[in-house]
Amino acid sequence: MSSGLRTQVGQLAQRSVRRTLRQPAQIVPALVFPLFLLAVNSGGLKDVTNLPGFPTSSYLTFALAVPFMQGALFSVMNTGTDLARDIETGFLNRLALTPLRGAALLSGLLAGTVLLGLVQAVTYLSVGLIFGAELVTGVAGALVIIALSVSITVAFGSIGLFAALRTGSGEAVQSLFPVFFVFLFISAMSLPLELLQTQWFHDVAAANPVTYLLEAFRSLLFEGWDAGALALGFGIAAAVLIIGMFAASRAMKTRLVRT
Amino acid sequence: MATERQEGIEVEALVREFKNGPRAVDGIDLRVDAGEIYGFLGPNGAGKSTTVLMLTTLLPPTEGTARVAGFDIVKEGPHVRSSIGAALQEAALDPLLSGREHMRLQTALHGIGKPERETRGQELLERVGLSEAADRKVGGYSGGMKRRLDLALALAHGPSILFLDEPTTGLDIQSRTALWDEVGRLAAEEGVTVFLTTQYLEEADALANRVGIIDHGQIVAEGTPAALKAEIGRPTVEATPREPSERERLATVLERFGERAGASPRGAAARLEGGEAQLAEVVRALDGEGIAIEQLQLHAPSLDDVFLAKTGRSLEGAGDEAEEPEAKAVGAA
Repeated sequence: MSSGLRTQVGQLAQRSVRRTLRQPAQIVPALVFPLFLLAVNSGGLKDVTNLPGFPTSSYLTFALAVPFMQGALFSVMNTGTDLARDIETGFLNRLALTPLRGAALLSGLLAGTVLLGLVQAVTYLSVGLIFGAELVTGVAGALVIIALSVSITVAFGSIGLFAALRTGSGEAVQSLFPVFFVFLFISAMSLPLELLQTQWFHDVAAANPVTYLLEAFRSLLFEGWDAGALALGFGIAAAVLIIGMFAASRAMKTRLVRT
Repeated sequence: MATERQEGIEVEALVREFKNGPRAVDGIDLRVDAGEIYGFLGPNGAGKSTTVLMLTTLLPPTEGTARVAGFDIVKEGPHVRSSIGAALQEAALDPLLSGREHMRLQTALHGIGKPERETRGQELLERVGLSEAADRKVGGYSGGMKRRLDLALALAHGPSILFLDEPTTGLDIQSRTALWDEVGRLAAEEGVTVFLTTQYLEEADALANRVGIIDHGQIVAEGTPAALKAEIGRPTVEATPREPSERERLATVLERFGERAGASPRGAAARLEGGEAQLAEVVRALDGEGIAIEQLQLHAPSLDDVFLAKTGRSLEGAGDEAEEPEAKAVGAA
């Protein structure tokens, strides 16, 4: 990376982090809402663990994977809305008049998402452990969970960037949130894939990448080290990031029409 | 930093057409000399901002050519951008960042070395009177402060040409005057070429060395404000009756000498078809009608008179009748 590009990415990353820290309204719901749902689900569905073949005796441990995914969904909205606001206010025009490179803008914008992902992951995991969730892989597993959570958050954030660049509208980006939430509901969110008895739901969940992201977290929480599950989890995150960044770069070329 | 100071702006047959829309800019030619302040005057939707977006390389033209600071706006975009500064229509600032943080970002993105960034930023913030507010978040700034920061940011890399798109719209008279002073100083003392769009006649009159009047995407008049007014403008006579109830009768009398013009709420005005020599006749006519006058004023011809003569409409309110799709560069996708 050239020093010019490094400076650009660094400056935009600083801005992105500052913006994130200065918007508690972005951080607080992304922390509170998933934890609230975790509390409700783990309390209301704890008897599900009595089902034959349920992989753990603690539903809290099983459900703890879900907040990481919900937090990542918030990053679609937060990252995309920030960029859409830059487009709406003309701030992107200001940046376009400098020698800024599109790649620097996209990378810099994701810096705030990394911070948000980190705060979310540490909070969800800490709260889960405080309330009695298992973590069979220990400290190393905790670090991998945080790394996986940040990877997924950044990957989903890139979809937010694409949506913002494509539509130029904060409202349009926010309207994606329920769509993404549906993906979470039609996954193995509440039960393991093997215990989903309704055939169509099982098939949809089996085809839904979110299921495998959840399974990667769950492997670390109560199954033990599972290279296959982790490879699938990180692989899906990487694939989403590559597709998201590619789409965002294409949309950036159309959006930044400078000669 | 900016490339060396050189030529101004040359535009030939520049056109911008939007899909399913009219020609926002319809074949304009203009030339702005280095160090000159050029006022681009026109109502809302006339094509001013579209022209600025093309000249600042943020919107490709449909036809025609333009050179800014000696560089072609289509083929040499990066060179153009390094030579110009621009404060576009809305002050595009991040409400969550402070003024100083904006300056740091802008100077860094322009490739100014780290040691210079702070001094350059501080110098510009002081110049626009924002050093005390520099560490406050921009979200708390007044409209005038935002505009001044916008100007400072446009100057961050020492450009030789400055584009200001309606820089004082919505500002109070004090903030407007302060901005005019700074723009005038930049041109006079630093030789910066200024391309200024405005819908305020007095702004073009006060600041610009030359004025181009644009309407429906075409330049309808161009020259120094004095020459334009001398060529076309007619003086306006404005009178206020002693009895407010006489206002309509007064207006009818004045209309004998020319079409009605804007006046104070208590008065009436008309543009004198025969020039200032008709003033004596106006007084006689009012006297003959027995209308007692509290105040009578003769206004010199204005740029609005020039606009009226060239387009058949007054500049004030002219933009309301036909809104063209004023461009948004990043929204053009």
